[in-house]
Amino acid sequence: MFEYIQILGQEIYKILFVLVPILVSVAMIVWLDRRVWGLVQKRKGPNVVGPFGLLQTLADALKYIFKEIIIPASANKAVFVLAPIVTMTLALVAWAVIPMSEEFVLADINVGVLYLFAVSSLGVYGIIMGGWASNSKYPFLGAIRSAAQMVSYEVSIGIIIINVLLCVGSLNLKEIVLAQKDLWYVIPLFPMFVIFFISALAETNRPPFDLPEAEAELVAGYQTEYSGMMYAMFWLGEYANILLMCAMGSILFLGGWLPIIDLYPINLIPAPIWMIIKILFLFFLFALIKAIVPRYRYDQLMRLGWKIFLPFSLFYLVLTASFLFYFDKLPKGNF
Amino acid sequence: MLVHSIFFYFFSVIAIFSSLMVITSRNTVNSVFFLILDFISVGCLFIMVGAEFLGMIILIVYVGAVAVLFLFVVMMLNVAEQKQSWFIGKKSTHIPTGLIVSVLILLELLVVVGGWKYKDNVMSSSTLELSNISNTHQLGLVMYTDYILYFQLAGIILLLSMIGAILLTFRQRKGVKKQSYFNQISRNPSSSIELKEAEINKGVKIDD
Repeated sequence: MFEYIQILGQEIYKILFVLVPILVSVAMIVWLDRRVWGLVQKRKGPNVVGPFGLLQTLADALKYIFKEIIIPASANKAVFVLAPIVTMTLALVAWAVIPMSEEFVLADINVGVLYLFAVSSLGVYGIIMGGWASNSKYPFLGAIRSAAQMVSYEVSIGIIIINVLLCVGSLNLKEIVLAQKDLWYVIPLFPMFVIFFISALAETNRPPFDLPEAEAELVAGYQTEYSGMMYAMFWLGEYANILLMCAMGSILFLGGWLPIIDLYPINLIPAPIWMIIKILFLFFLFALIKAIVPRYRYDQLMRLGWKIFLPFSLFYLVLTASFLFYFDKLPKGNF
Repeated sequence: MLVHSIFFYFFSVIAIFSSLMVITSRNTVNSVFFLILDFISVGCLFIMVGAEFLGMIILIVYVGAVAVLFLFVVMMLNVAEQKQSWFIGKKSTHIPTGLIVSVLILLELLVVVGGWKYKDNVMSSSTLELSNISNTHQLGLVMYTDYILYFQLAGIILLLSMIGAILLTFRQRKGVKKQSYFNQISRNPSSSIELKEAEINKGVKIDD
């Protein structure tokens, strides 16, 4: 029995070693997001608290902690409280399988990609639960919108993942990265990378697809009734999800922790640093898109997802499969 | 093994409890939430016996897609509170139907579990002999060789039901204005602006 407790302790230590940096980097990433947004619009962005305004998010979080949590009288209390917890838990739980380097991964499971896909598709529940439990019109509309939106874009993300899997022949995230040693998949699968990026924007409810919280129409969408710490949890979960999508993109297409070229001075940089650089690069694109693209109308969003992305990614799937088949490059499988 | 059985009983107790709550909960939305919990714990049980692919597929398909649509429909239909109780309802038609369906399902389960004893060539696939390959590979090897016909049949049935669902909800509406991106972008002032002389008391007829 004592043995198990020891193992448990070690595991908790490892989990904290992953979780704490993620939470801190989420805070930093919020700052980066607002800063890029500001600089694109020729404003300064947050620059007061701490050096370059880096501590702005911590100040915000402190403010949220000390605010009162208000639960509407006619809300379904259990679900209302559960919703932000679900969002944040799901966003953090997915990081268990993300490999930062060849050794540095919490859970190296066989079906890593499926796990990531499953957890990111569960993310919609936090939003639906929050919207429904608020018992109010705007949150409900936001929740309904996001349910349809996230389910639609998941389909094309699934097919894009199949594209990558065809080239790798394994569902393990480590294998996927190692298969890109010679060529990052962003080059042969470039159209898929673009579609993945746009679908990731839709999946995380980022502008230009932030219809679930479109402030011009729905006040703040599913978050309208939330306040204080519960709002902050939604917010943290959202940004952790965005980071997760960036990590997924860099693993599937940008070669994960692999250096850009395997030459002497460049491959001295440790692997996790490369991973972080790639995640940050993708996040920078996310932030830029937020600043420069206007919001889509709802029917345009659905049209883009079902009538353009889905057929095109199916077509590209057939193309990849036939290319691999005719040139005899199909992965033989390592069993 | 101790920890393994602790986890097993944890997940199975949750699965049984939540499936009971699905049918007893008064609030339909809560029922759907319990259904989701049930799916998740069944997925975890699958993972615990080593069928990680099936477990993940249950999470993705049932929890990530099917249950979302359930929730969507239940919320949209506004049937949240079951006013008329099923148990003391006078002329409830739910109970006989439900009984027939559940007895049928029980019989089917009995037939399947009982028939398992008399199986002879179910597992005779030549490809399954490699025992050290991963779950997903194994599934693929069997599915795309020995059972390819059933696999494709299932796919065709799904495709047909999808086409059927689209056909049922498809209706052509007249007078709907559709946006054509190509026309919109290729417009220019010389072709889209027209000056007209408006006569007094007559006006100008603008075509729509």
